[in-house]
Amino acid sequence: MNILYDERLDGPVPTLDRAAIRDTLAQAIPGLTLLDREEDMRPFECDGLSVYRTLPLLVALPDSLDQVQRLLVECHRLGVPVVTRGAGTGLSAGALPLGHGVLLVMSRFARILEIDPEARIARVEPGVRNLAISEAASPYGLYYAPDPSSQIACSIGGNVAENAGGVHCLKYGLTVHNVVKVEVLTIEGERMTLGSEALDPPGFDLLALFNGSEGMLGVVTEITVKLLPKPEVAKVLMASFDDVEKAGNAVGAIIEAGIIPGGLEMMDKLAIIAAEDFIGAGYPVEAEAILLCELDGVEADVDDDCETVRRVLEKAGATGIRQARDDAERARFWAGRKNAFPAVGRMSPDYYCMDGTIPRRELARVLKGITELSERYGLRVANVFHAGDGNMHPLILFDANREGELAVAEALGGEILELCVRVGGTITGEHGVGREKINQMCAQFRPDELATFRAAKAAFDPRDLLNPGKNIPTPARCSEFRTIKSAANADATQG
Amino acid sequence: MANATPLPDHDASADLAERIRQAGADAAPLRIVGGDTRYFYGREVEGSELSTREHCGIPFYDPVELVVSVRAGTPLAALETALAEHGQMLPFEPPRYGAASTVGGMVATGLSGPRRPWAGSVRDFVLGTRVINHEGIEQRFGGEVMKNVAGYDLSRLMVGAQGGLGLITEVSFKVLPIPGATHSVHLELPLDEARRRLAEWGREPLPISAAAWLDGALHLRLEGGPSSVAATRARIGGDDLDNGFWAALRDQRLPFFRAGQAPLWRLSLPHRAPPLALPGIDERLMVHDWAGAQRWLRAELDADSVRQACRDAGGHATCYGPRPADVDPFTPLPEVVLKYHRNLKAQLDPQGIFNPGRLYAAL
Repeated sequence: MNILYDERLDGPVPTLDRAAIRDTLAQAIPGLTLLDREEDMRPFECDGLSVYRTLPLLVALPDSLDQVQRLLVECHRLGVPVVTRGAGTGLSAGALPLGHGVLLVMSRFARILEIDPEARIARVEPGVRNLAISEAASPYGLYYAPDPSSQIACSIGGNVAENAGGVHCLKYGLTVHNVVKVEVLTIEGERMTLGSEALDPPGFDLLALFNGSEGMLGVVTEITVKLLPKPEVAKVLMASFDDVEKAGNAVGAIIEAGIIPGGLEMMDKLAIIAAEDFIGAGYPVEAEAILLCELDGVEADVDDDCETVRRVLEKAGATGIRQARDDAERARFWAGRKNAFPAVGRMSPDYYCMDGTIPRRELARVLKGITELSERYGLRVANVFHAGDGNMHPLILFDANREGELAVAEALGGEILELCVRVGGTITGEHGVGREKINQMCAQFRPDELATFRAAKAAFDPRDLLNPGKNIPTPARCSEFRTIKSAANADATQG
Repeated sequence: MANATPLPDHDASADLAERIRQAGADAAPLRIVGGDTRYFYGREVEGSELSTREHCGIPFYDPVELVVSVRAGTPLAALETALAEHGQMLPFEPPRYGAASTVGGMVATGLSGPRRPWAGSVRDFVLGTRVINHEGIEQRFGGEVMKNVAGYDLSRLMVGAQGGLGLITEVSFKVLPIPGATHSVHLELPLDEARRRLAEWGREPLPISAAAWLDGALHLRLEGGPSSVAATRARIGGDDLDNGFWAALRDQRLPFFRAGQAPLWRLSLPHRAPPLALPGIDERLMVHDWAGAQRWLRAELDADSVRQACRDAGGHATCYGPRPADVDPFTPLPEVVLKYHRNLKAQLDPQGIFNPGRLYAAL
């Protein structure tokens, strides 16, 4: 099934005249930068999942809230869909443009409006980069906790839209746990404040609902985030294992010992070799799996916990345990993990990053399943895993220039996600559904549950103008998905 | 996996679904009740009673996964006992306003205890919910894994919605280990000085997990590893305080909450909000919990003035009661926000059968 917007499955497409809409918008919104030439719009045709590309109808680059508001009012009036985009680093085609929609690019809203060290909050515009918040808070001994791998480039507005995670989620939470307030504009151009600096404001928790809503309920124009005091120290242990299952069990044993590590990451052999080859992180290339366990907090506690974790790892059968001697070595251990995606990318012309989450106890079964699928489809898979919270990132290696290989990679990826659902997990832990996993939503939810999602959407955007086609599949799409699946199952049974 | 405690285990979801389907068909409103210990926290609901008490038990608990799934009618105390047997807890420290308090009521009201500013609130630890919708169909949102961004986050939306969007039948929580060491102290300090020190300590990674100023003293709880708790205790000084103080504060059993007939107000304010300018009110007679972010006030005051003062300071005020007939429990919502609340209610509860008017008259 095609991932790009398909009128037959995703809903009718309005007939729109590009020049007429450009002229109407230009007239209604003085000073608004609008791009409509193909060569100008080309850089915006995809997000971080660059295998899917669509040229938008128009690109709008507003630089004032007033312009955003008027743009929404006009698009609402004209019935023109709006796809909002931040830095474009998303990995699920959540900001994939529509040929019949305006791409609203929020990158010019890049000011940090306020850092209040006493209240421990930062108030920022949506185009501010994730890492820039921590950099601005650093002089006060504070930082912003969620740290997706793309944190150098990704913007906080996109983080809210996707409820972004990172390597420290088990202890410090996702974006939804670290945002206290957002200012939004509705599709009708109304301004609304959700959440509050004061805790637990009255009414429905619309702030929680907006986090991870993929730009489909409103446009976020300002974000207030919580800042945390930087931990006094952080220490990292690296353990190697001759068996993936032992490594998986060690993760459970650490948590069973009552320890919540700041980060707990696992990599399999292919990922280890790729990272070592790329960065020279000092990883043991002969190991079947490694665990990186970061303990942070007050020094005395961290030292106690390091001892406990060391004992647990030994008991779990680690073949080697190393503690980073200093911050430089600690940074090197992490560099291997943080660069695992590009490192794997060097081994293959293209790679495709998956994002399933599973209950940790199912790790061995799921890794075995992935190995079988990898053999069946004839594509290599490297595994990088936020082991502490069960979030897996299998990386499928393929070559898009080989006829049909992208389709094979997509099919393999789809099967991996469906395997995650079967063991009680989810198709996306932190990257979002976007367009990428739109079909697998039909595997994770029943038709009546999807109808409830659509009802929630209708409360904010009854005409389906905000990012249509993303996140929640139509009944037509799911019906086709189920037909194809049952045909494939029937074939498998007969074969 | 463990389910060692002899908890009643009963799945009444089919009966509940049938009641709701019928109520939907008749457009007959339902008043959802668990232990009925939080009846004061909201407006009166006219409707036939729908009790969750029969729907109880812990279908899933895996301490290694840090996940527990609980049916709505399960007594909160029973859940916390089951967790404690494995050295774990609900980190948001939910209040119990009576032995009958249920898990469903805890989630529907979304109230958290003294640890809330440091650990997070009820909704922060909800991973998934099962909800019976207006057609009497039980639906599942979120799940039993730590990270899940598939679809809209309807499970967290249910927290604090007071049953107005559907009947919560089961909730999955992230749980955490009980800290290795706990020590509480009592420091005689004027309010200003307590505020100044809390602001200073807040910027350091100290193991503070509760801070309340009342009766001329700052009450602090330290939780974490034994080493850091001991070191912080030595640095901060003060007299030892019984750790039981926090449960008494949480459940409103301290003398402050028991004295007098005047309405009890909960003022939620930004950490940095200065003392409020309320006529005739001495801030030193209030309880300043959550390091000053949650203040309790007992006074006969004009509701609009209290709410205006809180709004000016960036916060809001809730009347816990006894509540004069013309005072709503919750601060009114801005017009646009109310419009989208109404839309959401109309979409998810089109016949208006789920606790109509509980939060606001318009919902």
